[in-house]
Amino acid sequence: MKQAIEVHSLTRRYDDLVAVNHIHFSVQEGEIFGFLGPNGAGKTTTVRMLSGLITPTEGEARLLGFDLRTQTKKVKAHIGVVQDISNLYPDLTCYYNLIFSAQMYGVPKGERGKRALGLLERFDLLEKKEKKFLTLSRGMKRKLTIACALIHHPPLLFLDEPTLGLDVRAVRMMHRLIKEVNQEGVTVFLTTHQIAEAGKLCDRIAIINKGKILALDTVQGIRNRASAQPSIRVSFDRNEGLSPELSALPSVAGVRTQRDHFHLSAGNLPLALTEITKFAEGKGLIITSLHTEEPSLEEAFVQLTGIKAEKMK
Amino acid sequence: MKDELIKAWFIALKDLRAYYFKPPTISWGILFPLVFALAFLLRNPQGVKDLAPGLIAMSLIFGTTSMSTASIMFERRIGSFERLILAPVTMWGVALGKVLGGVIFGLLVSVVMIPVAVLFFKASLINPAVLVLAVLLSSFLFSAFGCFLTLIIKGEVDAMTLANAARLPMIFLSGIFIPLVSFPLGLQIVACGLPLTYGVEALRYAFLGSVDLIPPLPALGAMLGGGIFFLWASQKALQRRRKNP
Repeated sequence: MKQAIEVHSLTRRYDDLVAVNHIHFSVQEGEIFGFLGPNGAGKTTTVRMLSGLITPTEGEARLLGFDLRTQTKKVKAHIGVVQDISNLYPDLTCYYNLIFSAQMYGVPKGERGKRALGLLERFDLLEKKEKKFLTLSRGMKRKLTIACALIHHPPLLFLDEPTLGLDVRAVRMMHRLIKEVNQEGVTVFLTTHQIAEAGKLCDRIAIINKGKILALDTVQGIRNRASAQPSIRVSFDRNEGLSPELSALPSVAGVRTQRDHFHLSAGNLPLALTEITKFAEGKGLIITSLHTEEPSLEEAFVQLTGIKAEKMK
Repeated sequence: MKDELIKAWFIALKDLRAYYFKPPTISWGILFPLVFALAFLLRNPQGVKDLAPGLIAMSLIFGTTSMSTASIMFERRIGSFERLILAPVTMWGVALGKVLGGVIFGLLVSVVMIPVAVLFFKASLINPAVLVLAVLLSSFLFSAFGCFLTLIIKGEVDAMTLANAARLPMIFLSGIFIPLVSFPLGLQIVACGLPLTYGVEALRYAFLGSVDLIPPLPALGAMLGGGIFFLWASQKALQRRRKNP
């Protein structure tokens, strides 16, 4: 498979701060590639370098076969970029915002109106055609910003935190749109600090922190890399004071008490289940719920980065 | 080259659509020079004929710089200026587009101010060719100057404040109200370093057939050269931003 993006030793320094530190990765054509990390990890700086907004301090990158340093204009002409804010022109109408994007990306005159209307229809914004951008809701603004990035039919789309600040409904709609765009053959480079979003959308994920890539693999691959143990979520009819006794079970590696249940890390899952059942029988307890869980992407992320999952929310 | 010019034209048209009626453009670009002109007209209705070229030049510098400054300042504040840098257009194209928006706005201002000068200030036009060139080149120079000033600012400093810090002293040092020949040599040298001086001198020649210090051809040449210099400096400032945002 061809590479849409190849990055070698890409680095960006701001005075003494190394925002991106000699990173290497490649993105295959047609995949959704996730760049996952906490705020300040270097995700946006990487996108800004790859989209030609800022120049790298060191390193090389090729996008769609074009050299980022020497063929910047060609790179820009073939990519779509949605930044982490919806930054269209507030006083212009939705339609004119699309037309202006088409003009800047060299869409032929006869095509501009057709494509603009097509995108407005597709993104459910046709009735807002003559409304100014500033009058749209946050979700609609995000949709129109993505539509503008697609007007020149780019084979590679950068989405920087596309669901930031959106409500649950708008997030779902955005996820559906990203999948659809990808299914049409567009390679998507997605940055996010939301682990669940990366897990749900991406074919492969690079985990970045403090400017360095800590892991790069498929979602399953990252889960497997982490030495996280399977876990058991259990609750009894009486939960009070059970935590020390559960911790003492030989096959239980750790216990987290949550509101109405216990979260047990199990070295040996079948053995742990047997021990828990025996423990309940011995104490005269009724097991009210019991679930086994594979190590989640979140747990793997926490292990690999040492960053608490709460910091990513 | 053609592609860059076309995209610069699209940027200029977009700016006119978006910022034509923005408060800073209207207040500083049109109202301020009009009020200034009115104040002089009311104070001395007989003696304002000689002031007409200077007041037109002043309207042009306030109109063009307000337009280029307001458009860049506003877009930087909301993040949409980066859309232009992301687009497949060189920094020359972006800078030219921003300057062109100011030039067109300057020409619109002159369409208002020249009839005002002729009708109310009783100014008579002596050299229409010099007038056309003076208005065009003044608009180009002033717009490029405003663009450059806005682009070199980093951080949250209000570009309009900086533009005023440059524009307001120019009103008194460019020979609008006080003839340059009556300045001491030091101030005459300072005046020769100010963009507005050349616009005033060229317009004075177009309306009065005389100049204070600078003949029309050198004045027009200096405006063209100065405009190109500030355009070059603006695109350099944009390139520097890509390296050190």
